[in-house]
Amino acid sequence: MRLTLKVWRQKNGSTKGQFETYQVDANEHMSFLEMLDVLNQQLVEEKKVPVTFEHDCREGICGACSLVINGQPHGLSSGTTACQLHMRFFKDGDTITIEPWRAAAFPVLKDLMVDRSAFDRIIQAGGYITINTGAPQDANAVPVNEEISSLSMDAAACIGCGACVAACPNSSAMLFTAAKVSHLGLLPQGKLEVDTRVINMVNQMDKEGFGQCSNTYACEAECPKEISVTNIARLNRMYMKAMVTSSKG
Amino acid sequence: MKLDGKVPKGLPLADTWTNYRSKMNLVAPNNKRKIDIIVVGTGLAGSSAAASLAEMGYNVKAFTFHDSPRRAHSIAAQGGINAAKNYPNDGDSIYRLFYDTVKGGDYRSREANVHRLAEVSNSIIDQATAQGVPFAREYGGLLANRSFGGVQVSRTFYARGQTGQQLLLGAYSALSKQISTGQVTMYNRHEMLDVVIVDGKARGIIARDLVSGEIQRHSAHAVVLATGGYGNVFYLSTNAMNCNVTAAWKSVRKGAYMANPCYVQIHPTCIPVSGDYQSKLTLMSESLRNDGRIWVPKNADDAKLVREGKKAANDIPEDDRDYYLERRYPAFGNLVPRDVASRAAKVACDGGNGVAPTGLGVFLDFAAAIQRYGKSEAYAKGNHNPSKDEIISLGEAVIEKKYGNLFEMYEKITGDNPYKVPMKIYPAIHYTMGGLWVDYNLETNIPGLFATGECNFSDHGANRLGASALMQGLADGYFVLPYTIGQFLSGDIRTPHIANDSPEFMQAEQEVKNRLEKLISIQGTESVENFHRRLGKIMWGYAGMSRNAEGLNAAIKEIQALRKEFWENVYVPGELNEMNQELEKAMRVADFMEMGEMLAKDALERNESCGGHFREEYRSPEGEAMRNDADFAYVAAWEWNGGDMKMHREDLEFNEIELKTRSYK
Ligand SMILES: Cc1cc2nc3c(=O)[nH]c(=O)nc-3n(C[C@H](O)[C@H](O)[C@H](O)COP(=O)(O)OP(=O)(O)OC[C@H]3O[C@@H](n4cnc5c(N)ncnc54)[C@H](O)[C@@H]3O)c2cc1C
Ligand code: SF4
Ligand code: FES
Repeated sequence: MRLTLKVWRQKNGSTKGQFETYQVDANEHMSFLEMLDVLNQQLVEEKKVPVTFEHDCREGICGACSLVINGQPHGLSSGTTACQLHMRFFKDGDTITIEPWRAAAFPVLKDLMVDRSAFDRIIQAGGYITINTGAPQDANAVPVNEEISSLSMDAAACIGCGACVAACPNSSAMLFTAAKVSHLGLLPQGKLEVDTRVINMVNQMDKEGFGQCSNTYACEAECPKEISVTNIARLNRMYMKAMVTSSKG
Repeated sequence: MKLDGKVPKGLPLADTWTNYRSKMNLVAPNNKRKIDIIVVGTGLAGSSAAASLAEMGYNVKAFTFHDSPRRAHSIAAQGGINAAKNYPNDGDSIYRLFYDTVKGGDYRSREANVHRLAEVSNSIIDQATAQGVPFAREYGGLLANRSFGGVQVSRTFYARGQTGQQLLLGAYSALSKQISTGQVTMYNRHEMLDVVIVDGKARGIIARDLVSGEIQRHSAHAVVLATGGYGNVFYLSTNAMNCNVTAAWKSVRKGAYMANPCYVQIHPTCIPVSGDYQSKLTLMSESLRNDGRIWVPKNADDAKLVREGKKAANDIPEDDRDYYLERRYPAFGNLVPRDVASRAAKVACDGGNGVAPTGLGVFLDFAAAIQRYGKSEAYAKGNHNPSKDEIISLGEAVIEKKYGNLFEMYEKITGDNPYKVPMKIYPAIHYTMGGLWVDYNLETNIPGLFATGECNFSDHGANRLGASALMQGLADGYFVLPYTIGQFLSGDIRTPHIANDSPEFMQAEQEVKNRLEKLISIQGTESVENFHRRLGKIMWGYAGMSRNAEGLNAAIKEIQALRKEFWENVYVPGELNEMNQELEKAMRVADFMEMGEMLAKDALERNESCGGHFREEYRSPEGEAMRNDADFAYVAAWEWNGGDMKMHREDLEFNEIELKTRSYK
């Protein structure tokens, strides 16, 4: 199939970017990223600079890939990362627009690659259970209700890709933060620090320049791991409670 | 030269580690504050080590080329992690885990290291649970277990199909806490391009900031490498795209030994290659072999029609199918270990009976399991005369519950529905047992340079059992290295901060710059990617699943020629002082081309078949691997020596376990 690609090119964080148009021959068995590999091979052969984009596992788990494809983070298939998208969903003659995540807190580094270190700093602010390596008690000493554990796992499945931020009209990081707060806060092991965790993580989120959540749910719709917005409601409950009980509030 | 693994002597194996640990040299808290440690790599092995060392009070600088520690390749591990908890009460014990690992490794690992691994395995589960890793649980709230290939107990802990992800997020959270307190300085998007040796000790690294392109010198009292495996020397593998050998290889070029590079694990159940554009291979979990039956058509003509798309698997009658694993290995059938299953698939396809369009693929068929489960479900529901359709739909529901996410992933990639037509699978490079040679302290032959996780060679011998890599990475990082590194550092408490502008640092920096500039200046006509692909073809063709002396000699010649061509004709666009993914790749591929030669050389010198290493000259008349304990029960540790490679031997002693032939007939 012959495709027309409109790709965002930007030399670095301090220059302005623009779209460039390319033609590429792909086939339906390729993955979307393999189609970009073909484009890059072509550019290298023409002695031009290939397109920079982030990727690693190419099986939907590392969270590195981060492409807005035809206006949608990770493209049209739901519950799928860009690297799991296959070319059989496109047809000969299609024009495809490819852009980086757009959010003030995720500045572009080059072409389609953005800086998502703000997510790391949100985790550093409290996304952990305070426990040193050593000799904790036997793992079975604290039984955990199977349903609770499973809910926690649903939230823990977040891959930290940032599609939720890219999808949100306010560039809010609420779904990402709520997923971590839920993952840890649901488990008995994580309950002791719920108050400080939620307050510190939300504060950090604001500091990083992510927007406010206005409940549009665009995040859930684009999340490749189908993280539920019920986690946001849980974060809000935890946050309210923490503000009431914590002297820090 | 004979190498000494420095295993403490004189005590029974079961007491060795505890005793050693309690007598090891300690570094006092006030001295720890004055000691800097560099940890390169923040996957399971690196994050756990960096966090634990920082908690102990050392100043840690951690490096990853990823944008965040959470993206390390460890994140992709699906199946699970072993431990000797014996929660299911099925007779498991530390000894049994130790025994299974040594046997599974085809008797090519160091007993004392493996025993220690089994000993600390239980603490890993305790630690991870306390960190909030949501392991699967039973309805009563206790932790659940499942079984994996090659063993008879249920000792694998898991978090759905995302065990590696959850364990890494646990280690990453511990690391994040230490970053927030300032005890760890984190260098994301920084790639180590050399190790710096001062007065015979590893005292720092040269790194490149991948965003600005800046070359930096970082000093410390000791350096820990936790940089993963080298599977991508084969180009196509189940590893993430950016996995590479550079950190380990640069150390080898500085004198560290690479142990058993020829021990590579090939996983039998991966989605076959579909075309030349293919960039990586996807693993289908080993657990599928519990219910899937592996077969190829008996007649080559049928296979040809299937390849051409003119005949469907389901149209081939039962009598015309060869369930070759069940035929050749009646005792274990489809559940033979990875190395055996992989070779059998190759034999079937080499005979012209492969079913994928390329000829390299076999069927993994769930129809019989669907029938079996469907009937028993119907029966359980009181339906003693179910229709064909009822059986199928009930059976498919059971399969979906067990493997739903894998079936979905398969369909996403191939477009085929595996509930209705058999999967097509083929073996692929998956894991590297070989790695930097380390002693009992996890220290390489260069003092002060340590290696943990997949990057070292230590625990899996010639073949790794499923769910044991996560265990080893975390054992090294949480429970072994943080203690053993004290043996080295206790001699360094009076060494002041290491200067990073000594002649050794300046020279290493200059060499890195020269190499990078050289790559850009070649301005040839062929892309880095093409060179990597061509290297992969040589490696897979001659040093893959099945090897022989003639092929390995050819491989060495071809790799040398390719390397020469690379340095004359590679084209690297862009500049040094900017983000430049092609330049990053070029550095890595250059190192793979040397590593590949060492791998082939090691395979050539090991005149036996064991574990993942199969030499066609050393097989029984029935085609089974023939190990040679009399001559080859040793670790081959290779010195690069400027390309004129030298082998150092560490003889393996088996005091606890008797060497036996592995048989799965
Ligand atoms: C698809 C798949 C499934 C698997 N499933 C299982 C399983 O179920 N159970 C199991 O036990 N094992 C499994 N394994 C194996 C296991 O995942 C790995 O062996 C293990 O995670 C390796 O961990 P590591 O910490 O040693 O290395 P990695 O996780 O590979 O981490 C390497 C780190 O080093 C960094 N790095 C590398 N080079 C440099 C450099 N030059 N400069 C700076 N940083 C560098 C990287 O950025 C990264 O942070 C699986 C492997 C694959 C491929
Ligand atoms: S919540 Fe979903 S979209 Fe957001 S970072 Fe996590 S996985 Fe990505
Ligand atoms: S490349 Fe890892 S999730 Fe897409």
